[in-house]
This record gives sequence, C-alpha cells and structure tokens, in this order.
Amino acid sequence: MDAAVGTEASAALLEVRDCRQAYHKDANADLVVLEGVNLTLREGEMVALLGRSGSGKSTLLRIVSGLLQPTAGEVLWCGRPVSGPADGVAMVFQSFALFPWLTVRENVELGLEARRVPKAEREKRAEEAIDLIGLGGFENAYPKELSGGMRQRVGLARALVVHPDLLLMDEPFSALDVLTAETLRTDLIDLWVEGRLPLKSVLMVTHNIEEAVLMCDRILVFSSNPGRVASELPVNLPHPRNRLDPVFRQLVDDIYGLMTRRAPPGPRAPVTPAMTIGTPLQRVGTNLMSGLMETLEGPPYNGRADLPALAESLQYEVDELLPLGEALQMLQFAVLEEGDISLTEDGRKFVAADTEERKQLFATALRAHVPIINMIRQVLDQRWNHRASAERFRDELEDHMSPDYAEDTLRAAIGWGRYAELFSYDEEAGQFSLEEAE
Amino acid sequence: MSATIHPALAMGRRLPNVWDAAAMICVFGALIAVAEVARSTFAPISAPGAVHVSLDPTNLPVYAIRTTLRMFAALVASLLFTFTYGTAAAKSRRAGLVLIPVLDILQSVPILGFLTFTVVFFMNLFPGQVMGLELASIFAIFTSQAWNMAFSMFQSLRTVPADLMEAADSFHLSAWQRFWRLEVPFAVPGLVWNTMMSMSGGWFFVVASEAVSVGNNTWTLPGIGSYVALALDQRNIVAVAWAILAMLVVILLYDQILFRPLVAWSAKFRFETTAAATAVDPWLLRLLRRTRWLAELGEAVGGAAGALGGLRLSFGLQRRQAAADRRPSRLLDAIWLAVLFLIVAWAMQRVASFVAGKLSWSDLRVAVVLGIFTLIRVAVLMVIASLIWVPIGVWIGLRPLWARRVQPLAQFLAAFPANLLFPPFVLGIVYFKLNPDIWLTPLMVLGTQWYILFNVIAGAAAYPGDLREAADNFHVGGLLWWRKVILPGIFPYFVTGAITASGGSWNAAIVAEVASWGNTKLQAHGLGAYIADATDKGDMARVVLGVVVMSAFVVMFNRLLWRPLYAYSQRRLTLG
Repeated sequence: MDAAVGTEASAALLEVRDCRQAYHKDANADLVVLEGVNLTLREGEMVALLGRSGSGKSTLLRIVSGLLQPTAGEVLWCGRPVSGPADGVAMVFQSFALFPWLTVRENVELGLEARRVPKAEREKRAEEAIDLIGLGGFENAYPKELSGGMRQRVGLARALVVHPDLLLMDEPFSALDVLTAETLRTDLIDLWVEGRLPLKSVLMVTHNIEEAVLMCDRILVFSSNPGRVASELPVNLPHPRNRLDPVFRQLVDDIYGLMTRRAPPGPRAPVTPAMTIGTPLQRVGTNLMSGLMETLEGPPYNGRADLPALAESLQYEVDELLPLGEALQMLQFAVLEEGDISLTEDGRKFVAADTEERKQLFATALRAHVPIINMIRQVLDQRWNHRASAERFRDELEDHMSPDYAEDTLRAAIGWGRYAELFSYDEEAGQFSLEEAE
Repeated sequence: MSATIHPALAMGRRLPNVWDAAAMICVFGALIAVAEVARSTFAPISAPGAVHVSLDPTNLPVYAIRTTLRMFAALVASLLFTFTYGTAAAKSRRAGLVLIPVLDILQSVPILGFLTFTVVFFMNLFPGQVMGLELASIFAIFTSQAWNMAFSMFQSLRTVPADLMEAADSFHLSAWQRFWRLEVPFAVPGLVWNTMMSMSGGWFFVVASEAVSVGNNTWTLPGIGSYVALALDQRNIVAVAWAILAMLVVILLYDQILFRPLVAWSAKFRFETTAAATAVDPWLLRLLRRTRWLAELGEAVGGAAGALGGLRLSFGLQRRQAAADRRPSRLLDAIWLAVLFLIVAWAMQRVASFVAGKLSWSDLRVAVVLGIFTLIRVAVLMVIASLIWVPIGVWIGLRPLWARRVQPLAQFLAAFPANLLFPPFVLGIVYFKLNPDIWLTPLMVLGTQWYILFNVIAGAAAYPGDLREAADNFHVGGLLWWRKVILPGIFPYFVTGAITASGGSWNAAIVAEVASWGNTKLQAHGLGAYIADATDKGDMARVVLGVVVMSAFVVMFNRLLWRPLYAYSQRRLTLG
C-alpha cells in the first residue's frame, strides 16, 4: 500500500472552476442548482462538503466524478479537463449501491474486471482490500445477508481496490445507525492517518457537522438555492480527535452559527416581507413543531437553547433540526440567532394554548406569513364551489422553483393547512376544498 | 408500471406430485364426460346456420359491440368464479387440498382444443337456439380468464398481514365484514392486474370462438372473429383490414376506459406504505374524480356496496379465534380423502375406458413426437423473441422519456388478438411458397412477444439509479455490463414476461400451426396442427389425446423451467 499522505501537500489534484449547474426549464429562467463553485483539492487532504440536503453538494460530487457534466465552468483532474467518468476516482454511495446478485468478492472485483486486470491479480487485490477493511470471512456472502455497516464496508473495499487517487464519499454513514457509523468512521480515520489507504485524497459529502469536524482537514460549508460555497474552515486538530475537547465543541458551535446565519430562505429574514410565493417550504410535521416548542418552553431551556446541545439531547442531526427551527422562525414562533433558538411571544402563547386555540394561532400565523397558503385559501373563498385543483398551485410554484421544491412546498402547505383547518384536501382528486365538518 | 405484481402461474409450488396427477386425471375425466355428451348429439344440430354474417364494413360496429359484450359476460362469470372458488380454496384446508392442484392443471390446458366440444355441449343444453353458441363462446373466454384470477385471489387471501387480521378480530368484525373490509381490498391490486392481463389474453379467444367448425358444420356468431373467418373463406383481404381496424378501436377503448383507470384506481389498495412511483392519473379516472356528479354517483355506488359489505353476516362460521383452537377432525379428514379417492377412481375408469376402445400406444407416440416439435418451436421462439426484445426493452427502459411512450403501446399490442393478423402472413406464405413448418411458426409469438417487451421495459425503468452510477464510476462497460450489471437486474421481470408469453404461445399453436386462405390449406408438423386436424375430422379421441399431451408438456415446461427460474430470481436477484 503506497500511501502519499503528507508528501507534496501543495500539488493540486483536482480543481473545480466557476462551476454552474442548471436545469433548463421551459418558458422560465433556468433552475440553478450550483452557482460559481470553486474548489481545489490537494494531495493528502480529506475535505468535507457540508450542507443541508438540497444544497447541491451531491450534485457537485457527481460533477467531480465525471458522472455529470456541469452546465458551465470546468473540472480539472490532474491538470486535464474531465469528460465522462474519470479514471482514478472511485465513489462510495449513501445507499451502498451494491449489486445484490454478486457476492462480496464479486462486488469488490467488479471495478478490476472492468479494467481487465488478470484473474490472479484481481483475486489478490480483492483479498487485500477485503482484509484491510475488515470484511475477511464474508467473501462469499451476498449483500442481503449483511448488516448495513458491513454493506458499507463492501462499498469502501470496492472503491479502494481500484487504487483510486481520489475517493469520493456521498454521505457514506448517514444510512447507518449511530454506533455502526461511529465504528466505521474511526476505522476509516485510523487507516487514513496510518497511511494504509491506497489514496491521495478524500472528498466527502455530509450533513453531519460533528462528522465533518471529526474526520476532515478542511470543511466547505454550502448554502443552498442556489448551492454555493458559503465559507471554508480549516480543521487543525490532531488525530485522534476528541468530541469533548473544548476546541472541537467551539468549532461545531461556530459551524452551527454559520449555517443558521446563511441558511435559506434567501438572506436572513425573520421579518415577514421577505416571504413570497417563491419561498420554498420544507415538509416539517406540525407535531414536531409543537413538540419542539414545548421542549423549548420547558426546563432546562426555558425559552432559549443552544442548537448543538439541543440537537444532541434530541438525537437530531443538524439536517433535521434546522428545517424545524426555520419553519418556526417563518411563522414567527421562534427566532434563530448565532446557533441559538429562542421562542417568541407567539410561540409561548402557542405552548400555553389548548388544541383548538393552537389550531387558531397556527391558522393566523400561516395566513400572515405563508403566502402560498394564504393564496390557496383566497382562491377557495372566491370560487363558487369552493374547490380548486392542486395542479394550479403547483404550476404557480414551479414558476419560482424546481419541481422537487415545488412538490415539497405544496406538501408542506397541505399538511399545515389541514392541521390549521384552513382547507381540506382530497389526495385522489388532487383538489383543495372548503368542506368543513368532514 | 405494475409488472412487479407476480404472475399467478409462477407462484408457489414445486415439482409435480401425486396431487397433480390426481388433479390431472379428474380434469380430463370431466372433459371426456363433456365430450361424450357432445358426441351423442352430434348430427342433429343445424339451427345455427340461421346466423348470418355479412362482410359489409358498416356491420362492423355492431359486431364489435357483440364481441365486447361476450367479453364482459365472461368477465362477470370469471369474477363470480374467483370470489367463490378462490375463497373456498384459501379458507378451507380440505377444499384447498383439491382445488389448488385442479386449478393448476386447468390453467395449463389449451382450452382452444376443446372449443368444438364445448360448443356442441352448450348447444345440446339449448337445442336450436343461438344461446347455446353464445354460452360456448363465453365459456371459452371464461376459461382463458378465470384460473389466473382465482389464483391471484387465493394468493392474496393467504398473505393478508397477520396484524391486520388481529385488528379485524379485535374489532369483532364478522367473517363477512372481514372479507369485504380487509381481505378483498387487500386482494384488489393483484386481482385487477391479473384480470386485466387475462382480458388482454381473452380477446384472442373471443375471436377464435366465434366461428367454430366441426366436420362439415360451421357455426358462427355475429362478431369480429366470425367476420374475419368469413373474409378468409372468401379471400377478401380488404375485409380483413377492416376487421383489424375495428379491433384496434375496440382495444383502444378498452385500454383507455377500463384498463388504465382500473389499474390506477387499484393502486390505492396497495399495502406497501412507501409511495410507489405513480404515473399521472389516466384521463378517465381524473374525470370521474373531478366531476362532481360523477364523483357523487361513484360514491352512491360505493356506499351501497359498502353497506352490503358491512352487514354482520357470518354464515354460521365461527369466529376465527374459536376456529383456531379447534383441532382438525381426523374422522372428517378420512371421509374427505375417501370421497376424493372415489372421484379420482371414477375419473380414472372413465379415462381408461375411453382410451381403451379408441387409442393405441402408437397414437400416444405420434402425439408425443409432435409435441416435441411444438416444444422446439416454442423454445426457439422464446429465445429469438428474447434476443430481440431484451436489448430493445433495456434501451427503452433506461430512457424514461421513451419508456413512458412505448410502454402503453406494448401493453396495447399484447392485448390485440394476434389471430386477426394471421391472414396477411398466410397470404405471404402462400404467395412466396414458403415452407409452412418454418414460416407458420412466428405466428405463435405474434401476440405474446409483447409481454416480454413490456416487462423488460418495466424492469429496466425500475433499475436503481445508484447501481447505474456505480457501474459508470467503475467503468463497467460492454459485455461485462450486460452480464453483471443489467441482466441480473431485469431478470425477475423478464421471467414474469416470458412465463406469460410461453403460455400464450402454446395456446396459439392450435390456431397457428394450421392456416387457410380460401381453399389453400397450410399445415405445419406439430401438436397444435394435430389437435386442429382431429377437431376438423370430429375425431374426439385424438383431440382428447392431443390436449392431454399438450397439457402435460405445458405443466412440465412450467414446473421444470419457469418456476425454478422464477424462484431463483426472486431469491437471488431482487433488490433489498
């Protein structure tokens, strides 16, 4: 295993210049997923792309790997432009992407077979990779027989066996449970630090802040809609890193602060005028919202909490907690500031209210602060039969955002509006109506 | 699309066993009994000559409607059969012991071979009336639909989740209520899909069953099938074209008004909580749901049906709890087995006496040899059709835009009765003086190849994106890609399609190995031609022999090839 860790740390392995990814949408402006992304990756680095889901970081990973062509900008791999799946780049998938009809060994050998490596060498290298990653004894098992953690080990072995220069990892641990993920992370870091991985560099996508701080030398924080590199942070802590180290905690806190400050929607906007039809909503359950408000109101938080601490005690990832906080902020039930969340006066009222009053408070907040819901209700009020097709509103939303965002926004609006009893919705007919008492 | 719903044929059981043998004997005992009744009244029937079919294309709409009505009459009968037979087989252990093997054999019997006898049998029931002919035709369609549907019902009833059963019990639902509130809704998606597939196959039979000739007698029912038969007789290719056009319109309407809305509607009964990738609602379903008075009409109908299902009927069945505690009675079992034994013995005696007088071992040898010819044809056709349609299907399926366009077309083509398309082929063979042994063969897959195509498209369309990306990332290409990446992934879908296609091809052999154009008669060597020939001569013994041998071939083909393949693909090649 020839490791190149630490040597020639300055050579640029990969360069992404002014990358832009947009999907063409008829009659309207293009939907921009990535805008003006620059990224340089040097030998011996492990770099994290940290961001919320939908911020385009997985898209960037696919562009780097050559699976996707950027709309504009260029990707240089060892100084040469990338077109098509790049040589020397191997990928580890969030969903593992193992072929269920191949055994562990066959899965691992697949990449070598594609390169026409002779059988004897293929077997030798596969065996090495399998042993390195701790899969010995499972060679003849099918992926179905393995647990999630073992499956991802197969994914890692499959990527390492081709001796890539760059390893790309797309949220590699997010489909695993907490304990398994931690074991895998530390195993991988140990191998990396000991220089036993046949790699020059690693680029990983994650939405887990602690994971990024624990593993990487550099963190690029993404903001979404369109995806941009919002800030870049070096992590100079020596390995093995200790999660309880005050420096570690401070870094995590800082990143929380960065993410709440620059998070969508748009520029930071706790005030109403910023909300338009074009502001995407995230599907957050109403039960979760009231649950979070009740938690905040009660001890030990008494109305104000530090987000990392809150996330830890609730066993939430930042990706789950932030949308929740933002939804509350949008309805002006809470305010997000510098990595803290605090209840507003309206929020406190909500917690104190009973079920019926809560619904009314929620309805008032929705009509005041969520334009799409207000619009649905107005249209329904105006129609003689008090019915309207969801299609109409979806089209309206799609004029302002991508179809996926529009779908999510509409779903969120439906869920919230139903809870507030502002309208009812017939899923099969795809119709809103004002039929109360049903 | 919904090709993930498994073909009823492939489900469940294993190698042939003693129950299959018993079932086979019973089925053929009954068929022989029917044939004997038919023979005793062979000559005197003459009335149907009165039914007049004319080649004037303006008559076609009326003919098309009559053909369609026959189809729906058969559908109603099949549904009745499904709800009684399928339920009995699932609910009663003793009944299931017999009903399931019988069903299994029945769906392998090429019922087209028995068409003549069912015609005569039903005409015997209604002497001198067209009613007899109509019933015979409906019965032929019924036999092409019912087994499949009953099987699907049986499978669903056996796999209702235990927690839902417990919930139903804890809310004190009666057996009747539980049936309509839980078991039937649970069975709906599979039943609807199998019904639609059966109906697609049914068009073939309705066309074939409208004009039947035995010896010198030809009986016709007004319909598209008899229209084509007459056109063939008079060498009128223009009339054939008209008939094809009429059938296209009928199938298009069936596809748009019935098939698509029903399948989309049945999706709401799917048990999986994960949302399936749903296509856009068909226009008719949207219309029904959106239009207020139509929706209210639907609700009224649904409400009435719901009220009926909500009745606290129990038919004297004990509550499940009590039933579970009861031990199966040894005595009743013994009596039941004795009764079954008597039935099998009777059937065996029947078959033996029938065979003894009229058939010799050499007859059997001839039939088996011809059966091998037909087997080779079916096998070669399956291979060729797969070689052509698998790559095309993969190509289409991996391109969502194309898949969306081609998929409905393939399903549509699968429903189109291929026997209407035979005449142009036959004309070509006659004109170019081609060898019928080779060139009649493709007719067998003319209608059934589409099942392979649309299942492969569905498989490729459902192929996970991350696996494709992984293959790209590791530069897997060329033959390696086909061998290790895509083929294993679509294999379960392919087998599903191939099972349906090969079953259909055996049946088609009876009409495809013999073809005529006016006085010119083309005949290939094979079991299908043997059966058709014996039918023509009114030689019942050989028809029965031919059908028995063909059924045996089909059963073997299914058990020894398709089921193991299907089981393997389900075990090893499915994701997750």
